[in-house]
Amino acid sequence: MAISKDEVKYIANLARLGLTEPEVEHFREQLGDILGYVDKLKKVDVSGMSPMAHVLDIKNIYRPDNISPSIAPEKILKYAPQHEGSFFKVPKVIE
Amino acid sequence: MKLNFLTAHELLEPPGQGSISSGDIVSDLKGRIESVEPKVKAYARQPFFEKALNQKLEAGWLKGLPVSIKDNICSDGDLTECASRILCGFVAPYDATVVKKLREQGALIFGKTNMDEFAFGSSCENSAFHPTHNPWDLDRVPGGSSGGSAAAVAADEAIMALGSDTGGSIRQPAALCGVVGMKPTYGRVSRYGLIAFASSLDQIGPMTKDVRDNALLLKAIAGHDEKDATSVKTPVPDYLASLEKGVKGMRVGIPKEYFIEGMDPEVREAVNAAKAKLSSLGVKFIEVSLPHTEYAVAVYYIIATAEASSNLARFDGVQYGFRAAVKTDGAEPGLISMYKQTRGQGFGQEAKRRIILGTYVLSSGYYDAYYSRALMVRALIKQDFDKVFNECDLILTPTSPSAAFKIGEKTDDPLSMYLSDIYTISVNLAGLPALSLPCGFTKASLPIGMQILGRPFAEEDIYRLAFAYEQSTHWHKEKPKL
Repeated sequence: MAISKDEVKYIANLARLGLTEPEVEHFREQLGDILGYVDKLKKVDVSGMSPMAHVLDIKNIYRPDNISPSIAPEKILKYAPQHEGSFFKVPKVIE
Repeated sequence: MKLNFLTAHELLEPPGQGSISSGDIVSDLKGRIESVEPKVKAYARQPFFEKALNQKLEAGWLKGLPVSIKDNICSDGDLTECASRILCGFVAPYDATVVKKLREQGALIFGKTNMDEFAFGSSCENSAFHPTHNPWDLDRVPGGSSGGSAAAVAADEAIMALGSDTGGSIRQPAALCGVVGMKPTYGRVSRYGLIAFASSLDQIGPMTKDVRDNALLLKAIAGHDEKDATSVKTPVPDYLASLEKGVKGMRVGIPKEYFIEGMDPEVREAVNAAKAKLSSLGVKFIEVSLPHTEYAVAVYYIIATAEASSNLARFDGVQYGFRAAVKTDGAEPGLISMYKQTRGQGFGQEAKRRIILGTYVLSSGYYDAYYSRALMVRALIKQDFDKVFNECDLILTPTSPSAAFKIGEKTDDPLSMYLSDIYTISVNLAGLPALSLPCGFTKASLPIGMQILGRPFAEEDIYRLAFAYEQSTHWHKEKPKL
């Protein structure tokens, strides 16, 4: 199944993934091959089946809403690329 | 004999009087690593030689035994980089539940093993650090993604190790390196602190030199965890206690769809010979059918990439790891540019490929055709197993269609790499437990593995069969010449 360069770029943008032009072309070809392969699923008779996202038969799990200690914020911020005070720092969002 | 060549159960119960100190074990491991690690490269970075010795050991039945863990399992205060540039410099601020459990029972966390980036791969070549080499033939891959753990155990650079398995990442490298690897039932082992790849498929499991060690390590890490809502409350049996119960009368299914063209004749021969051996021990074999097997790889690469694209959204240069030096052209806000450049530079090729594929199958207009359909075929695959387990107790298959392939052989052909997981993937889709153990060697002296599959939570039965087979063979005693 062929997909276009524009489709790859569109998807990469959705995934916030910066790709170079050669990467776009490379992935276009490979994804075409992989999608061609997975197309075999169209042959399967799935009538009466419902999608199975999970193998376990467990529903929502609740626990009492008690306050308990968490990891110290300094410990987490220490390895952030940039932080200020008790915040993660990012480039300007609003111009 | 140097202590690093022994198994965990031999170290825990040394013949004669006295006990072995973890300092002596670490020191022998260190010697071994200094001599063979430059060739094998099983570890992500240097193990904790000093730190291991200074670690305050809890008094527990594991008595200071060193355990090596895959680089995607968090251990407090240690670099945990998932063999990815995007997590470069990330130090885990907490212990994964498996690590916490190991420490509480007296084990020592010894080092972090190499892997395919984010566990994406079957060869350990997709590591941002370096490829790992198969100890049996250094020109070949150790398998993946837990290739570092498998190679470290096979090369006696580790006593035992933990890996993670999403589509075969414990079992396939175990087979290719001649060690024992168990992917437990989904929900048997807590995933808290395992850096997620595909959350409905991932499980952590033991990789060891023999079956007894494997049962021992699973016993140490299994159980319900409040911090992982998908871990289950089913009690953990004493896997060691039932090992020697024998296999007389056990019914083992042979799925006809697994013995297909494309399987290496040497693998077929080895598995058939194992079958004959097990028959002589009293196992009853029956042919069974898993008709949707041929769709498993396609289903897997839709579901696993969809879940991965979602799980990997968190790596955006904000909270941890790498952030690109942002060049903004003014066309989009600086934050968006930062995300794209960080992710574009931080992820390797296979991670990018999977993010794109996963995003594609989840995107509007394709969701029903791909993702939703894959989930329905997944239900059919599970149904196949449910039916077969009415007829038999366990299933026996090869682990991998061939022995270890050459480094570089499949790197440019992702589809052929994906197909090397053909026998292991269905197990994850159906949430079943499965173990790979050595069942022979090729003429070129490469290990061959076979796989035993069980019903959910039937790890005990799997170990019984594996142990009976292992005790009647010598494969697990063979060592690579390094």
